[in-house]
Amino acid sequence: MKMDLITSLYVFMLAGFIGFEVIRRVSPLLHTPLMSLTNALDAIAVVGAILLVGAHKSRLSTILGTIAIVAATSNVVGGFMITDRMLKMFKSSRPQKP
Amino acid sequence: MPSNGLLLEITYLIATALFILSLMWMSSPKTARHGVWAGELGMLLAVGGTLLDRGILDYKWIAIALVLGTIIGVPLGRVHMTAVPQRTALSHAFGALCVTLVGTSEFYLRSPDIPPFVMAVLGLEVILGSLTFTGSLMASGKLQEILPQRPITYKGQNVVNLGVLAIAVGLAIFLVIHPDRTHLFPLIVGIPLLFGVLMIIPIGGADMPTVISLLNSYAGLSAAAMGFVLNSKLLIVAGALDGASGFILSVNMSKAMNRSFSNVLFGAFGQEQAAVAGGAEARSVRSATAEEAAAILAAANKVVIVPGYGMAVAQAQHKVRELYDALTKRGVDVKFGIHPVAGRMPGHMNVLLAEADIPYDKLLDMDEINGEFPQTDVALVIGANDVTNPAARSDHASPIYGMPILDVDKARTVMVIKRSMSPGFAGIDNPLYYLDKTLMLFGDAKSFVNAIVRELHGDGQS
Repeated sequence: MKMDLITSLYVFMLAGFIGFEVIRRVSPLLHTPLMSLTNALDAIAVVGAILLVGAHKSRLSTILGTIAIVAATSNVVGGFMITDRMLKMFKSSRPQKP
Repeated sequence: MPSNGLLLEITYLIATALFILSLMWMSSPKTARHGVWAGELGMLLAVGGTLLDRGILDYKWIAIALVLGTIIGVPLGRVHMTAVPQRTALSHAFGALCVTLVGTSEFYLRSPDIPPFVMAVLGLEVILGSLTFTGSLMASGKLQEILPQRPITYKGQNVVNLGVLAIAVGLAIFLVIHPDRTHLFPLIVGIPLLFGVLMIIPIGGADMPTVISLLNSYAGLSAAAMGFVLNSKLLIVAGALDGASGFILSVNMSKAMNRSFSNVLFGAFGQEQAAVAGGAEARSVRSATAEEAAAILAAANKVVIVPGYGMAVAQAQHKVRELYDALTKRGVDVKFGIHPVAGRMPGHMNVLLAEADIPYDKLLDMDEINGEFPQTDVALVIGANDVTNPAARSDHASPIYGMPILDVDKARTVMVIKRSMSPGFAGIDNPLYYLDKTLMLFGDAKSFVNAIVRELHGDGQS
């Protein structure tokens, strides 16, 4: 268990650094779609909620977990949809290469 | 996360890689849509893999919840572009809700013997989650104008707010030491819920870009904390990426408003109310009609349009596009100068202008455009105020002194479309309006731009 936590901390640290480097390169043009995309990715928390409901350990955890799945799923579906809609609108004035 | 097989772990690993790729592709508008697809694929793999996990005993509620979530999610994915800031705030609330509820369940399933480290991250998870939940709901309500937009401040507000938060953190620390005092747990969920509301009460519209970014960061960090509790590397990475993204955006926004980072980190409280300087010495301004404005624009070689929240409010972006077309057809070089905090969230103006079919290579951010103003014939300001205020450069007494601005006053002629001379939201007078080179175009942004476009079409060849 202790090792797991240490490994998790390493993962968190590395992901944080990768996050900084990757996000720094995102053009300010796309900051709004960036936010809706990271929000959709963040909704991967739905996986935790699914396992919680699936394990069916207590009535409380099933009820709370079900609400959690609803909330996260709406972010996944809505987040990806609106991000793609926004990105479709960004067009260049230069003719696109065939 | 209890998982039965190596296969599932590898699926999560692939999903993690896809998430990172997804954000890498967001660096340019050319590849950004691949980013969405990579994210969707990663999500599909992770959720699909989890559903096939043999630890799941009962699919009924999962299925119902997935369907309900989709039913709620689809309309949220189809909102009008002007509603994107409040939609984003709402989705931060949903994300935080999920994290808080899962954290609460985990606590009651595992208590009373929770190891200190797990309890610490669990505490962090529910505190950040619940304050982000109510804070984001409040922000969304203010943006949707369900709640009053004016900031509400009172004496000692900071002390009260920080005190409330400190109680929650103190209780969480107490639970780390005594995890068997389960009756305290509702408090470390409930008190941050209250704090989230208190945090947003003093926030006004102009602070929204910073606040939304900050809530984004909190939502990400709470999800990462949930990853620690469930021992899910995938969730830790997704949360860390989201947290980093929100953090970078908050820093950008705070720099663009010349706020210290600590000021932003704890929400935007502690800002002094801008003293409305009484120096109304009735200085004279020059105003112009649509006809005169059209003539000046038609004679220009290079025009920079500076949009602000006023353009969004007036829904003028499509008329601005017509103006762009009319001028471009006459051979005028038209670009857009966009301040990082223009609008109600980072990148807000870009999305609205892109929606109006303005090519993205014409949308330049502050650093790119500022060098071009001295060679610009006309700077046309539409619904922006403080971000063009030259007092930020020169007047030490100004509340916005030091804030980076768009140097529109360096253009040969400045035109400002504005409803009236009443000062903007922050109540700060803008010396730009009294310059000899400035022409005030009084009226509603949409109808005034429309009038200019009609003039440009009307007089045929110039």
